[in-house]
Amino acid sequence: MGSTSAHGEHGTGDGVGRRDLIKRSAALGMIAVPTMSFLSACASGGGEDQPKATATAKADKNNPFGVAKGSKLDVVVFKGGYGDDYAKAWEAAFDKKWGTTSSHLATQEITAKLQPRFNGGNPPDVIDDSGAQQIKLDVLLKGGQLADLTPVLDAPSLDDPTKKVRDMLIPGTVEQGTLGGKFVAVQYVYTVWGLWYSGKLFKEKGWTEPKTWDDFLAVCAKAKAAGIGGLAHQGKYPYYINVAIMDLIAKKGGLEAMKAIDNLEPNAFEGNPVALEAVEAVYELVEKGLLMPGTNGLTHTDSQTRWNQYKAAFITCGSWLENEQLKQTPADFDMRFLPMPVLAGSKLPFEAIRAGAGEPFIVPEKAANKAGGMEFVRSMLSREWSTLFAQQANSLTIVKDGVDPNVKLRPGTKSAVDALKAAGDNTFNYRYPDWYSQMDLDIQDASNELMAKRIQPKEWIKRAQAAVNKATKDPNAKNNHRD
Amino acid sequence: MSHVAKSRGRGGFIAGFLFVPLALYLTFVIWPYVQTFGYSFTNWSGQSPTFDFVGLENYQALMEDEVFLSAIWHNLLLLVFVPVITILLALFFAFMVNAGGRGGAGGVQGVRGSGFYKIVYFFPQVLSLTILAVLFGAVYRSDEGGLLNGVLIKLGLVDPQKPIEWLNEPKFVLWCLLLVVVWHGVGFYLVLFSAAMQSVPKDIYEAALLDGAGRGQTFFKVTLPLLWDSVQTSAVYLGIVAMDMFVLVSTMTSGQFGGGPDHHSEVMATVLMRNFLYLGQSGYACAMGVVMLVLTMILSIITLRATRRDRIEY
Repeated sequence: MGSTSAHGEHGTGDGVGRRDLIKRSAALGMIAVPTMSFLSACASGGGEDQPKATATAKADKNNPFGVAKGSKLDVVVFKGGYGDDYAKAWEAAFDKKWGTTSSHLATQEITAKLQPRFNGGNPPDVIDDSGAQQIKLDVLLKGGQLADLTPVLDAPSLDDPTKKVRDMLIPGTVEQGTLGGKFVAVQYVYTVWGLWYSGKLFKEKGWTEPKTWDDFLAVCAKAKAAGIGGLAHQGKYPYYINVAIMDLIAKKGGLEAMKAIDNLEPNAFEGNPVALEAVEAVYELVEKGLLMPGTNGLTHTDSQTRWNQYKAAFITCGSWLENEQLKQTPADFDMRFLPMPVLAGSKLPFEAIRAGAGEPFIVPEKAANKAGGMEFVRSMLSREWSTLFAQQANSLTIVKDGVDPNVKLRPGTKSAVDALKAAGDNTFNYRYPDWYSQMDLDIQDASNELMAKRIQPKEWIKRAQAAVNKATKDPNAKNNHRD
Repeated sequence: MSHVAKSRGRGGFIAGFLFVPLALYLTFVIWPYVQTFGYSFTNWSGQSPTFDFVGLENYQALMEDEVFLSAIWHNLLLLVFVPVITILLALFFAFMVNAGGRGGAGGVQGVRGSGFYKIVYFFPQVLSLTILAVLFGAVYRSDEGGLLNGVLIKLGLVDPQKPIEWLNEPKFVLWCLLLVVVWHGVGFYLVLFSAAMQSVPKDIYEAALLDGAGRGQTFFKVTLPLLWDSVQTSAVYLGIVAMDMFVLVSTMTSGQFGGGPDHHSEVMATVLMRNFLYLGQSGYACAMGVVMLVLTMILSIITLRATRRDRIEY
């Protein structure tokens, strides 16, 4: 180009003046920048697998994963019923000990925020993958996105270096976090599921805690006679009524009946008289009109709030209920937990409860600071951090005796803890909702129809078995098995 | 400098600035579609950068997916009813507000209080769909706390022990949602049609009046033909609304991303999102996206073709 004049008309014949050049390159830049970022955000395919430079130092006994001083730690937590104060407290403690810089993101939109990062190969270092928008663990596992956390279990415990971390946990924790044969998630919060009632209402009416299903129906009938509903459930989310159905199956048929379902056996539901009896028992509530009127269509908050207003005697829920309803619960409500009452001839005693760990914390396989993530998880499994959690989030963790006895518990949580003690070794927990999402949804749909009286128990059994049979085609079915 | 070079410089300048929007459009609108198309031939889970090419497998599975097929059916039902009901109501109200009045020397005016009505009608349009979902969630609430149930129970039409679970009734749920869309849309199309009506010269109406045309005749012989362009555009827009429906269905009905009870309110977008974000079948979901795109385009073309009329100039 002969001329660099700013004026196009003075340019030489071949025509690209400086201003043109600037204009064009600017235009190109404007296109190129979004295109590139968009492409990389949505990028999929090859070339992403080469290992990135990760921050590690030399590992030793006190630093088993080799956390590098001065490295960055990227933490994302679900901000739900437990808030995120606990995570802030943890991060501060972590940074102080390791000289790291933690970044903290608390959100309800786990999928929206993290899906692009998983796809782009730059996930955070620790994630509390919970809530309605959690990324399903089975899906992440299928994509090879989850780090194997077995080394954390085998690392020395922070409380007692002569012991391994795995020895400090409540039994069942490892099983709960194992998918496809790999320990990939620390289900940190210990939860129990069952029925809940108001101690005050029961005292007023002179009702007693039912231990058998017949007694339970009798209390519901008395409630109806007194002008209030028997059982309330969170109808818009049939997940909750499945707690009742599935607990009855497990208690009546014992752990074999539960495992038959998790292991997708051809007679898990169909041809299993225990399952039919359990479904018929729940259906009796529908037939006798013992549900709280309208409960089948209510959201969880509407339904729980109605229950808090003494419109129903019982509600099905997990032990997060008390925390979730803090504002709606009258001060003298005296919330109480009740294990699912048993059918005649049940293999498990009344005290048996569905209990297990929830709130999965994971470390992504491709995390930039995977060592930091693993160390963070190891710290979570110490008494110090467990107590921090109990103080900030009002809930128990999977660390054995992990809460300082001086922490005062609310009535609902206290009754749940007592029930847990009474249950002893008689706890059980289904795995199929984690293992087979589609099957879980299909059974929920069937339960919704059952509660609305649109299908009969026999039809429910048929549909549930169909869901089981469909799940056998899931590629993970060959890896998921429990004995 | 020659004239030619000057105009070439300006041409480059203009082209440069036309190029940017076009490129942005290609990048953010067309390219995702192309990508979706590509993903639809894979078993991409949505949470991982690795996947395999599976050919037409996803499309084959779609043809047998009863949930998705029922969703298409629901979208088609809405596609018929949403535009027809909304446009008819909007036309009727617009006509009454603008030309339905009688008396007065000039003869052509709205019914009394039409200015007020216009504001009232337009009001729902101001609310976002999410607010509407909450609002109508309270209207359709399944116990006596719901507006509809509360009123019906007070009137003695409904047993308080058995309130109607509007959104949990397979027979009602889709119609309940339809009502919300219509309620939301009528105001906007009323204003659109009003504007179109006001641009019709008054003498045409006066001539019709002098010839002794009644309200009905004036509407069908004069107003409607002159408004045809607007009606056509509205039909296409409302058709697109009917093909989507995601916000309302996913927030108001039961099920993961809505669609309940038992898939009776399922629309294509809810099935797509469930597979995309919850079930880890993003490749499959992309195939649904492609089907949605093709269907929407076919329907738009049909609407434009079927409603083509000779343009009336005035």
